[in-house]
Amino acid sequence: MRVALFLTCVNDTLYPDTGRAVVKLLTRLGVEVDFPMAQTCCGQAHYNTGYRHEAEPMARHFSDVFRGYEAIVTPSGSCAAMVRELYPRLGARARAEGRGNTLERMLAPVVPKTYELTEFLVDVLGVTDVGAYYPHRVTYHPTCHGLRSLGLGDRPRRLLRAVKGLELVELPGAEECCGFGGTFAVKNSDVSAAMGVDKVRNAESTGAQVLCAGDNSCLMHIGGTMTRLGTGMRPVHIARILASTEEEPAV
Amino acid sequence: MSATYLGMPGFPPPSHPAFPSFPQAAREAVRDETLRGNLRHATHTIRAKRAGAVAELADWAALREAGKQIKDHTLRHLDRYLEQVEEAVTAAGGTVHWAVDAQEANRIVAGLVRATGETEVVKVKSMATQEIGLNEALEAEGIRAYETDLAELIVQLGKDRPSHILVPAIHRNRGEIRDIFRSQMSAWGRPAPEGLTDAPAELAEAARLHLREKFLRARVGVSGANFVVAETGTLVVVESEGNGRMCLTLPETLISVVGIEKVVPTWRDLEVFLQTLPRSSTAERMNPYTSMWTGTADEDGPSTFHLVLLDNGRTDTLADEVGRQALRCIRCSACLNVCPVYERVGGHAYGSVYPGPIGAILSPQLRGTASEIDASLPYASSLCGACYEVCPVAIDIPEVLVHLRERVVQGGPVTRGGNRVVLQPAKGHAAERAAMRVARWALTHPGVLRGGQRLASRTRRFHPRSLPGPGRAWTGTRDLPAVPAEPFRDWWQRTHGDGEGSE
Repeated sequence: MRVALFLTCVNDTLYPDTGRAVVKLLTRLGVEVDFPMAQTCCGQAHYNTGYRHEAEPMARHFSDVFRGYEAIVTPSGSCAAMVRELYPRLGARARAEGRGNTLERMLAPVVPKTYELTEFLVDVLGVTDVGAYYPHRVTYHPTCHGLRSLGLGDRPRRLLRAVKGLELVELPGAEECCGFGGTFAVKNSDVSAAMGVDKVRNAESTGAQVLCAGDNSCLMHIGGTMTRLGTGMRPVHIARILASTEEEPAV
Repeated sequence: MSATYLGMPGFPPPSHPAFPSFPQAAREAVRDETLRGNLRHATHTIRAKRAGAVAELADWAALREAGKQIKDHTLRHLDRYLEQVEEAVTAAGGTVHWAVDAQEANRIVAGLVRATGETEVVKVKSMATQEIGLNEALEAEGIRAYETDLAELIVQLGKDRPSHILVPAIHRNRGEIRDIFRSQMSAWGRPAPEGLTDAPAELAEAARLHLREKFLRARVGVSGANFVVAETGTLVVVESEGNGRMCLTLPETLISVVGIEKVVPTWRDLEVFLQTLPRSSTAERMNPYTSMWTGTADEDGPSTFHLVLLDNGRTDTLADEVGRQALRCIRCSACLNVCPVYERVGGHAYGSVYPGPIGAILSPQLRGTASEIDASLPYASSLCGACYEVCPVAIDIPEVLVHLRERVVQGGPVTRGGNRVVLQPAKGHAAERAAMRVARWALTHPGVLRGGQRLASRTRRFHPRSLPGPGRAWTGTRDLPAVPAEPFRDWWQRTHGDGEGSE
């Protein structure tokens, strides 16, 4: 199976650890992973801020880079949702604007084969025990686009429960948004920050050492709030937990 | 409109051009600890109850889909159904008036009240009359409008503004309500009983005594409607208190102001909405009072009935193929209760009688995006999608929010006042637009992206901990992530060489 890692621009630039963890994890599970160097960004920030027309060339670029692969795996619920939910909408809007179905046809091949990491593990590879070891108390925050756009359901929790040594504790108000929301975090920073503080306080109440999620952009906001509040908790991407083993444990 | 605004001191009324943008208004609200506490308690309680009430129905998804389909069908053929409404209401003894905007609707209602010779009306809770500012318009004509819904009464007595569609006084706690009753009731009619406490039963009894006097005296009632059934011209009001029914049945004249999108074709269609509306709004299986009336009836109820059909931006909204789904709204307020932004800010910051997620897509469509508040409302969301998930008519609120953001920053064709016009991009977004264009250029050129990443990595020791200008919006409350020594793609190239995936 020719699997491409779509790492996302945020992870590539700021969270290379997450990328290395995905490569390590998938390789361990027998998947041959490629990282197409021409990849950049799915265009979500542009689209969601109202610059749909600016997002179109980025979507076309994404399709150019990835359409030859059998599966495209990304450690981000929101970038996966951009491709799966919003690329078809980009095409449909272009058609409604009288620009024909060129964009729709161009984007169609990448839509069904783009998977968020936990979805790929559970649905495509059919595994929930990935042989991981992570001896920490962890609480899981389901990020909004993974939860509501992709419908990841309990897949991430099933994977976490199978991790050796990991104690999973429920996060109160888990399904409430952390307040990141892309440009929302700066356009409505007061509300965003208030939501972040509530999320962190809820996480603290679990007594967990680690707050885990499947989107580093949300974790950037939550983690930035954690250090500002001086909590002892750490934000960790789920890929890093699943990649961790007894031989090579992640911190 | 009254300038006293207890919920948010210092703000002009929402119709005023100086009403601040959402982020500015929200900043004040977020810091109000009492408000945050009241809202948190109220929204979490109703949220959990709604989830329970919805979970009871095995066919909820089908009901939701049916509600969406009925509304979409009706909106597609609205011209036909509205004429059917007019015919049926007229045949049943009512009189139908058409109001293109708020001014016309207010003028019609004021004229109808004046014609009765009365100077007082009792009101059923109604969003449409709030939307057009009817009470203030009547006051200017020397007519006093008494709100009779308990929460609307609290708002009116407190010279306040509603902050929620269903529970307009949600931002008030019991102690605040007791204080309002004690100090204000006497100016409006029967004073609050001596020694009134904040016990819910006592507060309800005080309101009951105060309002009973109004019901028995009033000769004109004013209402909205939740539904208008086209096939018979029947209006439907659903409520919990029974005060609405008093206003609908006791007066001699009844005037109902109804948005044109409230039409449903047949009685059969009510089967869907009378299940989804109460469960979504109050988490009840069935609301306690469902009043239905068709024109006038001899010897029973009002002898004169007027229906004012209100457009006020609805036809313009209907012309937009993405935005028109907002007209499916049945005003249940489930989206408010579940919204994390609404929970922290409350309703006043939305600058409209329609707060929360539905308000953020309805106000900029009904009123246009010219004012600061209306241009900022589409951004009053983290796009978390909780609103869409609970909406009983499946309005994809995040989709419309993003669509309206596009309208703000890119402009484009819209319908205003029935005319097709092309909007210019909003001012104040020029820098953002330029930044987005540069980002798009960099992000479609992998070499440029890589150059930027390397530059960031190599200069990482010099990165400031707090950012100037717009970046302060992040670093004011959150630390920045550390930039790694090398981007992932450099690691990949070092360790996996120049494979087939190279640029």
